[in-house]
Amino acid sequence: MTNEELKVKLTELLPSATFEEGGEWLNVYIEPAALPAFAKQLKSDEVLQFDFLFCLTCVDWKTHLTMVYHLRSTKLQHAVVVKAKLDRTKPEIETVSDTWRTAEFHEREVYEMFGVHFLHHPDLRLLILPAGWEGKNPMRKDFEDPVNMIKL
Amino acid sequence: MWSFSEIAKNIDLWLNDLVGSTWALVLEMVIAGVAVIGLFAALGLVLVIMERKVAAWIQIRLGPNRVGPKGMFQSMADTVKLLVKEGMTPDGADRLLFNVAPFIAMIVAMLLMAPIAFAKDFQLWDMNIGVLYITAVSSLSVIGILMAGWASNNKYSLLGAMRSGAQIVSYELSGGLAILAVVVLTGSISLTDIIKAQENGWWIFKGHIPVIIAFIIYIIAVTAETNRAPFDLAEAESELTAGFHTEYSGMKFALFFLAEYINVFIVCAIGATLFFGGWMPLHIGNWQAFNHIMDYIPSSVWFFGKTFFLIFLIMWFRWTFPRLRIDQLLNLEWKYLLPISMINLLLVTLIAILGWHF
Amino acid sequence: MYRETEIIKDAPQFGEPGFGDLVINVGPQHPATHGVLHLIITLNGETIKDIKPNLGYIHRSIEKMCESLTYRQFIYVTSRMDYLSAHINNHACALVVEKGLQVEVPERAQVIRVLFDELTRIASHELWWGAMAMDLGAFTPFFHSFRERETINVIMEETCGARLTMNYYVPGGVMWDLHPDFQKRVKDFITLYKKKIHEYDELVTGNIIFQNRMKGIGYISPEDVISYGCTGPVARGSGVHSDIRKVSPYSIYSKLDFDEVLETGGDSFARYVVRIKEMHQSIKIIEQLIDNIPEGDFQAKTKAVLKLPKGEYYQSVETARGELGVYIVSEGGTTPYRIKFRSPGFSNLSALNHMIKGGKIGDLIAAMGTLDLVIPDIDR
Repeated sequence: MTNEELKVKLTELLPSATFEEGGEWLNVYIEPAALPAFAKQLKSDEVLQFDFLFCLTCVDWKTHLTMVYHLRSTKLQHAVVVKAKLDRTKPEIETVSDTWRTAEFHEREVYEMFGVHFLHHPDLRLLILPAGWEGKNPMRKDFEDPVNMIKL
Repeated sequence: MWSFSEIAKNIDLWLNDLVGSTWALVLEMVIAGVAVIGLFAALGLVLVIMERKVAAWIQIRLGPNRVGPKGMFQSMADTVKLLVKEGMTPDGADRLLFNVAPFIAMIVAMLLMAPIAFAKDFQLWDMNIGVLYITAVSSLSVIGILMAGWASNNKYSLLGAMRSGAQIVSYELSGGLAILAVVVLTGSISLTDIIKAQENGWWIFKGHIPVIIAFIIYIIAVTAETNRAPFDLAEAESELTAGFHTEYSGMKFALFFLAEYINVFIVCAIGATLFFGGWMPLHIGNWQAFNHIMDYIPSSVWFFGKTFFLIFLIMWFRWTFPRLRIDQLLNLEWKYLLPISMINLLLVTLIAILGWHF
Repeated sequence: MYRETEIIKDAPQFGEPGFGDLVINVGPQHPATHGVLHLIITLNGETIKDIKPNLGYIHRSIEKMCESLTYRQFIYVTSRMDYLSAHINNHACALVVEKGLQVEVPERAQVIRVLFDELTRIASHELWWGAMAMDLGAFTPFFHSFRERETINVIMEETCGARLTMNYYVPGGVMWDLHPDFQKRVKDFITLYKKKIHEYDELVTGNIIFQNRMKGIGYISPEDVISYGCTGPVARGSGVHSDIRKVSPYSIYSKLDFDEVLETGGDSFARYVVRIKEMHQSIKIIEQLIDNIPEGDFQAKTKAVLKLPKGEYYQSVETARGELGVYIVSEGGTTPYRIKFRSPGFSNLSALNHMIKGGKIGDLIAAMGTLDLVIPDIDR
C-alpha cells in the first residue's frame, strides 16, 4: 500500500488523525486516548495488517513528549509511523503490549528513561536502571548528572 | 625378572627378620598407607597433565608448555597454587559438613584402591569379595557430594548435589549389572580369580558380543558415576557455575578435584581388570610362542597400559560430546541401559551355562 | 551498582501455590550468560516457572551520549553496542546519515562495505557456534571455530587496523582503501572455510546428544515471533520472512545472488541450522564480490561538518543477530536531537520467558545460546 492509500484508509478508521508526509513513511498523529483501539484496528484490519512493531520510542521536545510507534506489516511490507503527543508534566498513555508483545519491554525502557506511565501495563518496573532511579528520567533533555554525564 | 611382587616379598622377609612378625605387620600397613597416598598424589599430577595434553591435542592447541620440559611440571605448579590458596568457608554454611565433605570424597577413593591388583601378585588386600567391595564402596562417593552440596548453603551447589545423587544412584545399577556379566562368566567375585580366568584370553574377546555390550554399558555407567562429561551435570559449569563445589576453594577444592581423577583411575583399573585381564598379558588360546613373548612384558606395564587406554577413552568422551539434560540422562539409564543390561545378563548367563565362551 | 535481588517474601506454606519454589539469580556473573545479563529465574525442582531479565549492568546510555556527538563521531560509539557485528552497526549509522545528506556512495565503497559486513557476519556466527557448543558442555568446538574466526580477524586488522571495534565506515564511504593483500587473504579464508566446515557438522550438528538437546526446545510460533518483535535467525528459524537484506534491500544487496535461509521448525535446532546455513550464504556473497571490486573512489566527497536537514530518518540493517534500526530525529544541527537504536537482542530477549517456561535449566541454556545474545547490544 502506498502512503496515499494508507492515508485514505487511516482517515476512515480514525477521522481525528492528522498526517505528516515528507519522510520515508507516513506519519500519523493521534490523540493518546485513541491509541489502544486504533492499535487493535491497525493490527487486525485486513488491508493494513500492521503486525510488527519494530520500534517504539519517545522524543522529548522540551514542551511536550511524543511517543513514536514504527509499524510494519510482515505480510504486505508497508510501514507507518504512529505518533502521540503527551503532556510533559504528567505523561500517561495506554499500553499497546496486549496488541504487540514486544512493546512490554520497550515501554518499560521508555518508562524509566522518559517517565511515561503506561496504563494497564502488565509489569511496569525499571528494566535497565537500578533501584532508586524512579522519577529521574535520564533521557529527558533537562536531565543533569554532574558526576556520570560526559559532555563533549 | 624385575617385578613388584619380588620387591614386596623381600621387604616382608627383611622386616620380619628385623623386628619380628607383629611389628612387621604394623610397619607394612604404614608403608602401604604411605604408598597409597603417594600413588594418589602421583596419579593426580599425571592425570591432570594428561587431561590437559589430551584436551589440547583434540582442540588443536598446544596445552601447557611453559613450566618444565614441555610443560610437564604444570600440575606441580597448580598444586602449589592450590596449597597456598585460602580455603574459605561461606557464611551460613554448615561448617562441619562443609569441611568434612572433601575428605569423605577422598577416603572413598582411597578405600577403592585396596583390592586392585597393580601387577602380578601385587595387591594390597586380596579379598574374596573384591567385586562386591568395589560396588559397595563406590556408591559411598555420592555421600561426599551430597554433603558438599547441602552444606555450602548455595542453591547452585544444592541443585548440583541433587542431580549428582539421582545420577550416581541410577547409574550404579547398570554399572553393577555390567560387572555381573563378567562375574557370571568367571563364577567368582574375587578379582584374583577373575584375572586368573583370563589367562587364555581376555573376557572382551572370549565372551562374544554380550561382554562387549557389557563393556560399553560399563564405560557409559562409570563415566556417569564419576561425573565426567557428557554426564557432568553435577558440576555443569554453564548451568550451575560449578555445581556442588561452587563454594570450595584452595586445598578443599583440590581434594574434590583429585578425588574425581582418582575415581576415574579406579573405575578404569577395574574395567581393565574385568574386561581386559588386569595385569594378564595378551594371551591367545594355545599359541604358546606368542603367549611366551607377551609374558616378557612386565605385568605392571600391561596393567597401567590398559588402564591408561581406558582413561584416554573417557577423556576423549569429555572433549567431544556435549552434555545431556537431566531428564535425558535419567531416561538413558532407566529406559535404555538398564533393560539392555538385564537382557544382556541373561544372555551371558546362557553362554556361561552352555559353555559357549572360549 | 548493585540491585537487591528478589527473594520470596512471605514464603508460601505447604499446599499453597508456589510452595517449594527456588529463586535463582543466573548472572550477572555466570558462565552461560556471556556477559553481564542477569536473569531471575523461579524454579520448581529443575523446571523453570518464570524468567525475569534484569538489564543494565553494562548500560552506557549510548543514545544520550550520541546526542552530544556530531554525525561523524557518533558512528564510532555504535561499534561498542553489538561488538561482534561492529561493521554492520557502523553501516546502519553511515547509511542513515547518507540518507539524510543524500550522498551517493561510490560503487567501490559499497562493495567493500558489503564484503566486510559479510565477513563480520561469518565471524559473529563462528563465535556464536563455539560459545553455544560450550554452553551445552562441549569445549572443543570453540577452538575449532576460533581457527576460522582468527583468519577473519587478521583480514580486519590489516585493512581496518583493529580486530574487534573496527570503526572503518564513515559517512560517504569507508575510511581508507583496502590493504593490497585483502583479496588474497579472503580467498585463502574461503579455501580454509570450505575445507573445514564439514567438521562443524561432524562435531556438533550430527551428534545425537546435541540433537536431543536442541530439537523441540525453546519453540516459538511464527505469530509469537512477530508479536515479540524477534528478528534475524530467531525469526527465520520460525519461518518468518524477515531478512532486511531481502525485505528492504540496502546498499548493493538487491543486485546480489543469495538466498534468505528459512527453517520452519521454530525450535533451537532450527535457529542453529539457520545460522550455519547463513554462513554458507555469506561465503556465496563474498565469492561473488571478491573478484569484482570496482575501481574508483572509496569515499564520496562530503563536507567537513555534516548537518542533517530537519526531519526524521530511519534505517534498518541486518546484523548477525537481526534487525538493527537507527532512528534519528534531526533539528538541523550538527548533532542528532534524538537517536534511538532498535537493537535486535533487546526484542529477542523479551521472548525468552515465553520460549522456556516449563522447560529445564538445561533448556534455558540451550535456548539462550541460540538467541545469540550480546549484552552490550541489549543494554546499549
